[in-house]
Amino acid sequence: MIEFPEIQWLQLAPVIIVLIAGSIGVLVESFAPRTARRPIQLWLTFGALIASFAFIVIVAGSFELVVGGSMAVDGPGLFLQGTIVLVALLSAFLMMEKNLDVAGDAFAPRASAMPGSEDERQFTALRYLQTEIWPLFLISVGGMMLFVAANDLLLLFIALEMLSLPLYILAGMARRRRLLSQEAAMKYFLLGAFSSAFFLYGAALLYGFAGTITFGGIQEAITGQGSMTPLLIAGMGMLFVGLLFKVAAVPFHNWAPDVYQGSPTPITAFMAAGVKVAAFGAILRVTYVAIGGAAWDWRPVLWIIAGLTFFVGAIVGLAQTDLKRMLAYSSIAHAGFLLLGVTALSTEGLAATMFYLLTYGLSTVGAFGLLTLVRTETGEATSLDSWRGLGRTNPWVAAAFALFLFSFAGIPLTAGFIGKFAVFSAAAASGAGWLVVLAVIASAIAAFFYLRVVVVMYFSEPTGSGPKVVVPSWSTKMAVGGGVAVTLVLGIFPQPVLDLAQQASIFVQ
Amino acid sequence: MISLASTILSTSDEEPAVEPITAVVSAAEAGGLFEWFWLLIAFPVFGMLVLLIGGRRTNAWGHLLGTAVVLVPFGIGVALLIDMMGRAEDQRSVVLHMWDWTIAGNFTADMALRLDPLSMVFVLLITGVGSLIHIYSIGYMSHDPDRRKFFGFLNLFIAAMLLLVLANNYLLLYVGWEGVGLASYLLVGFWQYKNSAAVAAKKAFVMNRVGDVGLSLGIMLMFVTFGSVAFEEVFAAAGEADGTVVTLIGLALLLAATGKSAQYPLQAWLLDAMEGPTPVSALIHAATMVTAGVYLIVRSNALFDLAPIALNVVLVVGVVTMVAGAVIGCANDDLKKSLAGSTMSQIGYMFTAAGLGPAGYVFAIFHLLMHGMFKADLFLSAGSVMHNMNDQLNMRRFGALRTVMIVTTGTFFAGFLGITGVPPFDSFFSKDDIIKSALSQNWLAGIATIFAAGLTAFYMTRQLSMTFFGKKRWTQDVKPKESPPVMTVPMIFLSAGALFGGLTMVYLFNLQEWLTPITGFTPGELPIPDWAVEVITIATLAIGVTLAWRQYATRDVPETPPVNVTPLTVAARKSLYADAINEGLFMRPGQHLTRFLVWFDNRGVDGIVRGTASGVSGLSNRLKLLQNGYARSYALTMVVGVLVIAAIFIVSRWV
Repeated sequence: MIEFPEIQWLQLAPVIIVLIAGSIGVLVESFAPRTARRPIQLWLTFGALIASFAFIVIVAGSFELVVGGSMAVDGPGLFLQGTIVLVALLSAFLMMEKNLDVAGDAFAPRASAMPGSEDERQFTALRYLQTEIWPLFLISVGGMMLFVAANDLLLLFIALEMLSLPLYILAGMARRRRLLSQEAAMKYFLLGAFSSAFFLYGAALLYGFAGTITFGGIQEAITGQGSMTPLLIAGMGMLFVGLLFKVAAVPFHNWAPDVYQGSPTPITAFMAAGVKVAAFGAILRVTYVAIGGAAWDWRPVLWIIAGLTFFVGAIVGLAQTDLKRMLAYSSIAHAGFLLLGVTALSTEGLAATMFYLLTYGLSTVGAFGLLTLVRTETGEATSLDSWRGLGRTNPWVAAAFALFLFSFAGIPLTAGFIGKFAVFSAAAASGAGWLVVLAVIASAIAAFFYLRVVVVMYFSEPTGSGPKVVVPSWSTKMAVGGGVAVTLVLGIFPQPVLDLAQQASIFVQ
Repeated sequence: MISLASTILSTSDEEPAVEPITAVVSAAEAGGLFEWFWLLIAFPVFGMLVLLIGGRRTNAWGHLLGTAVVLVPFGIGVALLIDMMGRAEDQRSVVLHMWDWTIAGNFTADMALRLDPLSMVFVLLITGVGSLIHIYSIGYMSHDPDRRKFFGFLNLFIAAMLLLVLANNYLLLYVGWEGVGLASYLLVGFWQYKNSAAVAAKKAFVMNRVGDVGLSLGIMLMFVTFGSVAFEEVFAAAGEADGTVVTLIGLALLLAATGKSAQYPLQAWLLDAMEGPTPVSALIHAATMVTAGVYLIVRSNALFDLAPIALNVVLVVGVVTMVAGAVIGCANDDLKKSLAGSTMSQIGYMFTAAGLGPAGYVFAIFHLLMHGMFKADLFLSAGSVMHNMNDQLNMRRFGALRTVMIVTTGTFFAGFLGITGVPPFDSFFSKDDIIKSALSQNWLAGIATIFAAGLTAFYMTRQLSMTFFGKKRWTQDVKPKESPPVMTVPMIFLSAGALFGGLTMVYLFNLQEWLTPITGFTPGELPIPDWAVEVITIATLAIGVTLAWRQYATRDVPETPPVNVTPLTVAARKSLYADAINEGLFMRPGQHLTRFLVWFDNRGVDGIVRGTASGVSGLSNRLKLLQNGYARSYALTMVVGVLVIAAIFIVSRWV
């Protein structure tokens, strides 16, 4: 007989609310009349996210394993869940924007219509707006929240798929350049499936090694057995492949630039920020809770991967002329810096990485939000040339973008500097000083392409008849403003949030 | 937001003196008005912000606001003075702690202000003379389209100077110090479309930077030595510190002071700074800026008393500048530049006094206060002349202006009486004190002060007669008339100060007693009787006046400077070759150095940078090829990645 575990409803509420709202959203799609769907979905989405955040605040301070030990409710889990919800909120603001494109929002009116077909033209003419994105979005958010809290390999895998599958679909839904978008979705799906296979195989091997799938059990097995068996090493390696794919670490990063460029920009923002937070949450929990005992084995791997990641991200970023792709490489480089924080394997490292994720996530959403504003007739103009002289023609847009770039580059008085400083000092304290030196060099290289954009915006003549900045509605302004506020406030006055991350930096075992 | 916790410092002053008197902390609440003295700074800051941020919208009333935010602090200052005079002597120093200002690690400096008898004197001088200059500027700048901006800068100047004299630690003082430097740069270069003004502003700025390096070095040394930059803590700890270090700190502070106060060797900017509008010259010369160096030295008296070498250097600098400035003043045909030479010389008097140690600090401040009044009066009168002579300044083209500008003649004459030291006007008291004190400590310095007094009489008489007496030598186009009351009224007020300030300070107020708790005072012993000194001084003055009067009032003054003159005159006309020396010793070698550095930067540093950059971008383009868009090759990369991970695991296992 299967023993049904006790369910701690309150501790689970943040995740459950989002998932239930997503499920209701699916029903709404089936039963509600077409015109009523969008308002209902928006209410559902924002209501669920805000309620979820409220419950995170309520259960903050919990420190226990729930649902028979397969899920953890603890400081890091809740901090990162909160980060994910905030990222999702800002992304949702971008997704609901419909003032920018002359035809509606950023999504194809009907995903099923062939690109360029008569159907598509009609749907566009009728001004249909896609509403299925909302339940997909919520389920993905729920998956992310589970991902950072999963405490056994099975739930970890389920969460991975839950967050990924909706994203594969969302990535293919861009209203403009649909073929590129669909290609991106296809690539993301294929490679994602490929990496999931590695992940699953790794999980199976770890189960073979430990005889259990819970993280705590694996840790016990490692400390108990003393000697490292090939099963453990192969299992860890393959598990890493799956996780590192999600954070776009080199050499599992190739998908990122293509997918980021092809996806609808609000989804890119959500992916770049949310997936990164979720996947790093999972990596942190796996490395700290499950395989911390084998640190001597996996640390060199992560060191080398981290080094490769920030160097490839920074160096290839130099050659990009498309801002979306440039931000993709920037996110790869940041994955490298974050991995550095993971390898610190200390409370300082954990707190630093979480702080970094928060600041990076929110400013990334803001930066992608700004990318949606500069447009031509046929959609967003993301080539570097389109942003010439923006400092003169649109000082606010240019100033906000420059702020985000400064933050990405890690220039003081922005949140990015504090995050980078915290991560680097934690890594240096853990004995990876040589890698920190390399990371600083890589940041210097990356700073070059960030600052190049600033130079283009402020020191080149505006092109007379180029792309225009479209005035967005309040929702995009909220998303960008939120990013700006966080970037500035956490850059100048980071202590409260640093303290919060520090308090939250103990995993439940 | 600002927590206003106040503390009174008690000063013990009874010992008659060899040891410097230093403040000892005793906590007590400062009630009433003293909780609010930060408003002294807040008002001009507010004015500056409104005028500079408000922009053109404030053009209509900006000058009035700008004047009001200096007048109000003057009112507050007077009220504070009355309050302070009512207090017991040991209750007069008040510290207002506003907030902690942590700069880095354990390097903290409190955001704390200090009001004591010394800063009180400065507050009144700055706001009082400053107010009159503001009022005068309303008229003087009435035709300038940027008058509002001018008032914004003036307010910045006043605010920075007040911060400088009210700071309770050296770091905050440094903030004010730099603020003064910035404001002077903005104001000297106010007519920046004139090349000469822009160059002069730059020169003032650069030379002040040299001095500022001294101040920052001094502050760093203090922090390293004493672990603090607060006045009391530094002064209290100075006694136990290594004498060499204290001497070094003293010399660093002196370097700073020579920059701000235009003393040798950093004096050359002052003459050029005359390019600014005349109210600025008055402000720089009388109430602010140049007095900052004297303030710094007198404020740091506890340090200088322990560093006799540094103190002697102060004396030497003072004496040299006092004489050299007077010589420059004697030969310059430009009215304002002649007055600028005079400022150097008078500040030199103050440095001389300060260099005498406890015997002279009080007199340095006394003369500073007197100078603030008569020099402001002289400058504003000169500005009035200039305003009505189409901005000409060549005294050889003035003459006989008394016939058309009776008020200005009167006020200038008042300034003349004040500066030369004719009894019983300002300098008669302050300069005599310095002369006596110098004679008692160092006869050479004493003789120099008497000689400089004679020179002062000479160049002032020369200015007076060339400008207001003699025959008309005007250019064709000028039609001088008297200035409007908005300009003449402040001049009259200042004249009163120039005439009766000394009397007031000696017989009504007793400045010496007022300042002694802060600066300490040791009266010197004169080798000859008092009356003899006075007789000698007055005789010297008479000689100076007579020589100049005969030369410039009774004989005709040629409209072009005569050529066959003594080498000394030639040198004096060229400001004693200051610019040539600066250029030869510093500017040209500096230019060669920068040229070399530029060359090295282009070839060496940039070479490496460019090489690296092109290397990296080459790598970037090659790596980009891996991003070919095919999912299959991406999958292949991943497989390679798996192999790499496996390899690392294996290698790290067996290595």
